Amino acid sequence: MYAFNYQRAESVGSAAAALSADASAKVLSGGMTLLPSMKHRLIAPSALIDLARLPELIGVREEGPHWWVGAATRHQEVAAHAGLQQAIPGLADLAGLIGDPQVRARGTLGGSLANNDPSADYPAAALALRARILTERRDIAADDFFLGMFATALQPDEIITGVRFCTPVRCAYAKFKHPASGYAMAGVFVAQYPAAGAEHGGWRVAVTGVANGVFLWHEAAQALAQQSPTPPLLRDDAIDDVHAPAAYRCHLALQMLNQACQAL
Amino acid sequence: MKLNLTLNGTARSADVPERTLLADLLRDTFGMTGTHVGCDTSQCGCCTVHVDGMAVKSCTMLAVQADGCSVTTIEGLGADGLHPVQVAFSQCHGLQCGFCTPGMVMASVDLLRRNPQPTPAEIAEGLAGNLCRCTGYVNIIRAVQQASEILQKEAS
Repeated sequence: MYAFNYQRAESVGSAAAALSADASAKVLSGGMTLLPSMKHRLIAPSALIDLARLPELIGVREEGPHWWVGAATRHQEVAAHAGLQQAIPGLADLAGLIGDPQVRARGTLGGSLANNDPSADYPAAALALRARILTERRDIAADDFFLGMFATALQPDEIITGVRFCTPVRCAYAKFKHPASGYAMAGVFVAQYPAAGAEHGGWRVAVTGVANGVFLWHEAAQALAQQSPTPPLLRDDAIDDVHAPAAYRCHLALQMLNQACQAL
Repeated sequence: MKLNLTLNGTARSADVPERTLLADLLRDTFGMTGTHVGCDTSQCGCCTVHVDGMAVKSCTMLAVQADGCSVTTIEGLGADGLHPVQVAFSQCHGLQCGFCTPGMVMASVDLLRRNPQPTPAEIAEGLAGNLCRCTGYVNIIRAVQQASEILQKEAS
C-alpha cells in the first residue's frame, strides 16, 4: 500500500474538519474493505482518520420505537446484543452472518453502509427496517441513501454517526453465501410493520447481492400483503458474472424470500 | 509513527511507518514469527492474533490501530507450557503441514471463549475465517471439541 498519514480522531467534529481540509483523506473504521482496497492499490488516500474508538459512535440501544446502533459498532457486538436479538432478530442474525468471526470483530455498521457494496448485508437491513442514516449534519432516509453500486447520498466529507432502525412487528433475513467470500449471492430481508396506512400492508422486502445495488422488492411485499404467490424477480440490472448468471441470482432471491418468510 | 502496546503481557513500543500492518510489526519488528502470513488478503486466517481479547486477522489491521491495545500471539498463549487448545490439536493430530495452525489455534481459543461448548457445526462456522489445505478439517473439529472438554474440566 502507498504511504499515507494516520490520525486518530478526537471527535466527529474534528474528523469532519480534517476530511473537509483534505479532499483525498478517508475515514477509517473497521477497515475490512478499506485496507484490502489500499493493499491492492485500488485506492491511495493521502490520510486515514480513524473513527473506531470514538465512544459516541459505539453502542446499541433502544430509543422508543427505534433501535440506535452506533456507526463504529462492530458486527460481533450487534450479533451478540441480547436486547436486539429479542426486538429485531433479523438484524442481529444478519450481523452474525457477515464475513467470518475475525471480520465481525473489526467490521462496523457505518463502514458497511458508507461502502454500499452491492453484495453487502447491512444495506438490506437498513432498507427493510425503514432506517434513518444519521450523519454529523443531517439524517437521511435509507430509501434515499443507497444510489447503486458503491454509491450513496453521502457528501465526500460527511460522516455516518449512527443508524436508527424502526422496530418491526417481526422480521427475518436469509442469505445464500458466496462459499469463498461470504458475501451475499442473494440476501433477502423481510420486515412486517403495522398495516394501518402503510404501503404494501406494512410489508418491506429488501434484496442485496442480486442487482446493481440493494433494492426494495415491491412485488414481493405486495404479494405478502395479499397472501398471493410471489411473482418471479425480474431485474434489468441483475448481476451476471462467473459466480452466478442473472437468472440464477433472481431465482436465489425467491428462495431466500421463502426461507426468510419461514423464519418469521 | 510511534506506538505502544502490550505484547504477550509485556509493554513494547515501536516507531514504524503508518502503512505497516500489524502482522509485519509482530513478525519483523518484534520477531514473533509464529504469526504466519498466508494469503495476505484476509482470506486464510493464518495471521490471526488476539487484540484486546478478540481474534482478528493481523494482515488486515494497521499496526497503529493496535496502539494502546493488548496483543496476544501464539507465542504468548500458554502461560505455563502449551495451552489446552494446543494440547488438543497435538493429541488429535489437528494439523499436517502446520502452516495454518497458529491461526486455527488462536481462532479456536476465541471461539471457545464466546461459546465454551460448541457443536461440530458451530465449530465449523466459528473457524470459517481459517483455511487448512491439508486436513479436511475433521481432526481440527475433533481437536476443538477435545479442547472444550479439557477447558470445562479445568473450570469445574
